[in-house]
Amino acid sequence: MQADTHKRAKPTPVELAIKFGFIALLIAMVLFFSAFAENFATPFSAVFIFQSVAITGILALGVTVTLVVDGFDLSIGSTATSALMLSSYVMVVWELNAFWAVLFCLIMGAAVGLVNGLLIVKMKVPDLLATLGMMFLLVGIQRIPTEGRSISTGMIMPDGRVTEGVFSPNFLYLGRNKFDFFIDNLIPVSVVVLLVIGFIVWAFMELTRHGRLMYAIGSNERAAELAGTNVNRYKVLAYMISGVLASVGGILLAARLGRGDIASGNNLLLDSVAAALIGFAVLGAAKPNAFGTIIGALFIGILLQGLTMMNAPYYTQDFVKGAVLVVALVFTFALSKRGGAH
Amino acid sequence: MSIVVDKWQEASLVSFSRGNSVQSTAVEIKDLTKAFGTNKVLRGIDLELHAGQVTALMGANGAGKSTLVKVLCGVHSANGGQIKMFGASYAPASPSAAIEAGVVTVHQSINDGVIPDLDVASNLMLDRLANGGGFFVNKRAIRVEARKLAALIGLEVDMRQMVSDLGLADRQLVAIARAMAHKPKLLILDEPTSSLSAKEAVRLFELLDRLRVQGVAILYISHRSSDIRRIADRIVAMRDGRISGVFEGVSLDYEGAVKAMLGHSMSEISLDIPMPGAPVLRLGDIALLPESEPFSLDLHDGEVVAITGLVGSGKSALAEVIFGLAKPAAGHMELRGAPYAPRHQAAAIAAGVFQAPKDRASNAVIQGFDITKNITLPFSKRHSKMGLLSRQSERTTAQRMVQELGIVCQHVTDDIGSLSGGNQQKTMVGRWMAEDANVLVLDEPFQGVDIKARRDIGAKIRATAKGRATVVMVAEMDEAVEIADRIIVMADHTIKGDHRNENIDLNMVLAQVAGSSETSGHINAG
Repeated sequence: MQADTHKRAKPTPVELAIKFGFIALLIAMVLFFSAFAENFATPFSAVFIFQSVAITGILALGVTVTLVVDGFDLSIGSTATSALMLSSYVMVVWELNAFWAVLFCLIMGAAVGLVNGLLIVKMKVPDLLATLGMMFLLVGIQRIPTEGRSISTGMIMPDGRVTEGVFSPNFLYLGRNKFDFFIDNLIPVSVVVLLVIGFIVWAFMELTRHGRLMYAIGSNERAAELAGTNVNRYKVLAYMISGVLASVGGILLAARLGRGDIASGNNLLLDSVAAALIGFAVLGAAKPNAFGTIIGALFIGILLQGLTMMNAPYYTQDFVKGAVLVVALVFTFALSKRGGAH
Repeated sequence: MSIVVDKWQEASLVSFSRGNSVQSTAVEIKDLTKAFGTNKVLRGIDLELHAGQVTALMGANGAGKSTLVKVLCGVHSANGGQIKMFGASYAPASPSAAIEAGVVTVHQSINDGVIPDLDVASNLMLDRLANGGGFFVNKRAIRVEARKLAALIGLEVDMRQMVSDLGLADRQLVAIARAMAHKPKLLILDEPTSSLSAKEAVRLFELLDRLRVQGVAILYISHRSSDIRRIADRIVAMRDGRISGVFEGVSLDYEGAVKAMLGHSMSEISLDIPMPGAPVLRLGDIALLPESEPFSLDLHDGEVVAITGLVGSGKSALAEVIFGLAKPAAGHMELRGAPYAPRHQAAAIAAGVFQAPKDRASNAVIQGFDITKNITLPFSKRHSKMGLLSRQSERTTAQRMVQELGIVCQHVTDDIGSLSGGNQQKTMVGRWMAEDANVLVLDEPFQGVDIKARRDIGAKIRATAKGRATVVMVAEMDEAVEIADRIIVMADHTIKGDHRNENIDLNMVLAQVAGSSETSGHINAG
């Protein structure tokens, strides 16, 4: 579609605005903050933005996959914090190494996705309700082993034992190491993870037949089913991908914090959902897509960092995020209506 | 049965005797036209509906009957012509304007007419609740009012019961009772018995008898001969957006009405009927419903078989059995000599049994996909290596189908939504013709397409018929005669007739469509 619009007719200004509007806005925003926010255009601030964008972006990619099959995953935020707590527990309480911490988290994420998917396709629970239920369940379950306290070395467990395990250096490397990229220590590991996952999700969605069929399910489930697609299997797969990606986000968060902080990750759900929905508007896609999602996450990250550096109070951040999201949604849906009219 | 007939005659006697004194034209429709874009759905309807009479309206899919109903009940506005209600001009701007003017509609899907999670009384008084009358709800007053309304139509349920706890018939009665609150002059019922049991239907008919005596004009949409024989004073048949026949009198000519609705103008296309090859799909003693009569059917290589019948005749049920969407109540199938019992549609497709479903908008078209992606959807495996799609391979297939079916587009990457209805339909047929099939079932492939697209699709189906058995489900007799080597008639979930499409006796075919069983044994023998 995109490739051929040029051949057919000269795009109107409105079409151009729809297609490149968000990218232009992103660039304009960067220029604005560089000019007016002191120290915005510095490596330090870039690292900070990248780091905050990476985890949100990875979670948002998971949301994107569920949006593709016309679903929705509200449990990603709590899956991520569960992974944060689980990895801490594995290393600090069970005293196992980084490999096991990561493995347990990924299995947990896949299991959460599997349960979400089965609740939705087998028990016929509406997606929002099933994942909302899962969200509460996870928020609760992650507090039980430590009676609601954060996990750190030297804490006293409910049975009176004192924890002796430590976060393995290999694990912390995931959250703290930064690669050199023109400037020393510019790219955190989490950003590399984001880019790799983003590429894989993009390729899976756009280049493989499985991604194609998942888009077909999202557009017309009945038709996809009558064309022989195993709709239930793909839906469960989507939630499992979402769960695994959320647990990856949780692992990276744990590695950055270096302790099982019960209170972190509160904003993860809303930020990543916002990123995925803003992604609809990028390049006029009007559908969930991996590239748009990453741009969406970047957009939110830059906006918040810029506002912070311009000394906007922290409590205005949610308001600004909400405003951006609403504008993006108007962009997308007012437009896709125009698209469907002919 | 005889009691029912007596009652019916009694009721119609009443209406006729009333007719002498007060029978008046309730609704007069003159030259009514309605088009959606270039698609003319109503092409000049002239119709009178009389007070105290039940007029049955029949028409195949796409004949325009639902559009006519929607104009009458204020959902659509007409493009031309006029409607008069008791002499006064009537042109409702909205459904609520129609209700105010005394035109009340009970829609086919019962749950559109009731709110399941409210009690009966609130449902009956819903329109009053919705249209003002204070802020607080006086439950007792509402129950009293509601009870009056219920008594009027013989609805005997507890006013405090939830509608969701009621049976279908009672829900339907609630919807009708609610309609009665508006003192209707014209009551429109759209396939009201489609979800009712025989016993429940009897109650509905008794109610309609009472309403008829009260002088309400009733427009009753149905294809069921038993319904129509029981309740109708008159049958109006629609076809291609026009009234194609009006039948009245004491002995209603139901078969004549079926004929008028399906039409039988001979098509100019002459078919060259090939000798059928070896059997591809054999159905043995298949019973679609536990109580329906079992039948056997062989579909041969190179043969195009049209299966025709009214809505509810079992056509769709048969298509579902062949495609693995449903299991037959009894019987077995064989595909090229091997037992065939697909557990789901993917298994059917793997066995080379394809189905292009009816109603492309909800069952086939993937909006947001281009022509290529729509065509290759079921066979994406064939266009991919290790899961990676080859856009080139996909486009080659799509270009071939675009060319062979004459799909009018600028490029195979055009969005499906940018195509006309006929070209979308061609794309959907092309989706299943892109690969070789053992059995190809096309359910209503001509639905909502113009004559040109219909001819193109038909010619393509016939030209490629060799190597597979082709089944085309159609309601319109013209379409069956135009495309098939063999025409099979279904009614009551079984096969009523099987004809070679040569010098075909259309009167007999239409009699079988109408479900007359006297002739069927004779035909099967011959």
